[in-house]
Amino acid sequence: MPAELSKDLGLSAEDQERLAQSGIDLTMGNRCGSYIQVNQDIVQESCQEEGIEVLSIANALKKYDWMKDYMWNLVTKDKDEYTRYVADAAEPKGYVIIARKGSSNILPVQACLYLGREKIQHVHNIIIAEEGAELHIISGCTSGQHVGKGGAHYGISEFYVGKNAKISFTMIHTWGEDIEVYPRSAAKVEENGVFLSNYVCMKPVHKVQMYPTAHLVGENSVARFSSVVIATPGSLLDLGSRAILGAKGASAELVTRAITKGGTIISRGHILGKTEGTRGHLECKGLILKDGTIYAIPEIEGNVVGTELSHEAAVGKIARDEIEYLMARGLDEESATATIIRGFLDVKIAGLPDALQKQIDAAIDVAEKAGF
Amino acid sequence: MVRLLYTLPDETMLNIEDLHVKIGDREVLHDVNLQIREGETHVLMGPNGSGKSTLLMTIMGFANYTVTNGKISFNDRDITHLPIHERAKLGMGMMFQRPPTISGLKLGKLLVATSGNNTEEVAEYAKNMHMDRFLERDINKGFSGGEIKRSEVLQLMVQKPDFVMLDEPESGVDLENISLIGAAIGNLLEKGSHLMKRKKSGLVITHTGYILDYLDADKGHVMCDGEIRCHGNPREILKDIKARGYKECLECRQN
Ligand SMILES: Nc1ncnc2c1ncn2[C@@H]1O[C@H](COP(=O)(O)OP(=O)(O)O)[C@@H](O)[C@H]1O
Ligand SMILES: [Mg+2]
Repeated sequence: MPAELSKDLGLSAEDQERLAQSGIDLTMGNRCGSYIQVNQDIVQESCQEEGIEVLSIANALKKYDWMKDYMWNLVTKDKDEYTRYVADAAEPKGYVIIARKGSSNILPVQACLYLGREKIQHVHNIIIAEEGAELHIISGCTSGQHVGKGGAHYGISEFYVGKNAKISFTMIHTWGEDIEVYPRSAAKVEENGVFLSNYVCMKPVHKVQMYPTAHLVGENSVARFSSVVIATPGSLLDLGSRAILGAKGASAELVTRAITKGGTIISRGHILGKTEGTRGHLECKGLILKDGTIYAIPEIEGNVVGTELSHEAAVGKIARDEIEYLMARGLDEESATATIIRGFLDVKIAGLPDALQKQIDAAIDVAEKAGF
Repeated sequence: MVRLLYTLPDETMLNIEDLHVKIGDREVLHDVNLQIREGETHVLMGPNGSGKSTLLMTIMGFANYTVTNGKISFNDRDITHLPIHERAKLGMGMMFQRPPTISGLKLGKLLVATSGNNTEEVAEYAKNMHMDRFLERDINKGFSGGEIKRSEVLQLMVQKPDFVMLDEPESGVDLENISLIGAAIGNLLEKGSHLMKRKKSGLVITHTGYILDYLDADKGHVMCDGEIRCHGNPREILKDIKARGYKECLECRQN
């Protein structure tokens, strides 16, 4: 976002900082394309990378006849009140990103959804990686610091990962403590396709509720969901992810690191092994720093011989011997604790470009500097 | 019971008097007295479960070890109730026998933090200890016995303590590693410097005595049932124990 754009939007320095923490690069220096929506107004839709198209869903529907076939295909309209709300909207909002056959981006496309003064922001996004394409997206979602009570964000996202294609979707949330967020996402992954979905939320938010699903329909397709979250008092993070292993060789990994400082985290997960020769692993580790709730509900369900599913879940506190080990090296108790928490949250995501891993690390580093 | 009754000279670095320590409800150390002077390395021997590790952990200040009586001084300062990190800041350091694994914490990151962001020094020392490939690994996760020891010594090299405590530095280490680790420990204790210039002191727990080849320890002590029962020349004590075992040690037999 060019400087004058942030001025046009009337963003305060604080709000610009919140955007940056959500992974939105105002200078576009490290981004190949950008979609920016403020409330319901689309401010930017562009992409410099050859073979990658970024456009608003309204424009995409006008431009491409076939686009409508990709809408409400993976997520159903009448799933719940939030999907119905989006479906009933007079005008569709949201973005479409298409990575054409064989294209790839090293620098991610950024999608910025900024909730200003309006009550409800709704989006419907379609993300398509055609055969052999590699598409990396960072989605920064944030609200202005001074949004009034009761703001909400409803987001439908449908991901189509073609044969030998890869989509990574990294979402860093920096909402306000009175905002409610209801993403509704699903992905379809074809043969040898890879879908990486990363979620980071280090900041207070009133409520997030989501349960994205990856349908692994092609042989040897892969889905990896990674979530790193902290719940402060008053935050309810109801997070899940689901992988349906529907073709031979399909595999899924669902990893969560959850910390509560007084808020509530429900960490759901479901891996369904429907076909032989499939593998899935679910891992949830929780730390309770201050009385709050971490409720891990890992589910693994196998229907056939030859699917291998496992899960591990642990909820606890920081081990005293780890703190003392670092204190013996000269760190005071507070920095020893912060160092261990930082390590706990450190999740390295296989197949994610460096730039995006760094963005995730940076969001967690900001929380560390603020003393978690 | 050996007890020093005269006033200690100025250069006493560590002074432990009448120390009693409980773990939980049980007294594990009873009336321990020990003085280590600047530049000296002492060796602590004794049967399994006699309280050697407990003494080191207590000197470093770990929470599980409650001092119920007595006093620990370091460079004339009473540290009996000082938090661990302040002891470290005063110049005390220890090599852990079984250090915890800390998931997600890279060895390199910890070293850079303890070195005061001296990445060059960290890289150089890591190379010396053949640990350069471990800097990006989670600390102690999946490290072999020898790798843990090399990592511990490396952390001490970066920390540069004046008083070094080593809990069985040679246990679980193969011959090749023992010379590497032994030489590095020798350096930590300034064994290359002339006796008169040596400032670093150490307290080393050993069963085998192999480490003595690299340390030239000045004094030896034998701990039995939570008390230090004999003092003497470390090599002679070791020879005695090797020949006759702890059971033959008159002092140890007294209970
Ligand atoms: N964390 C602990 N909880 C209870 N007892 C302990 C603990 N650590 C050590 N002990 C007991 O204290 C005694 C001394 O142990 P330790 O100092 O480890 O002996 P050493 O190092 O000489 O083999 C032993 O009887 C041991 O079982
Ligand atoms: Mg021991």
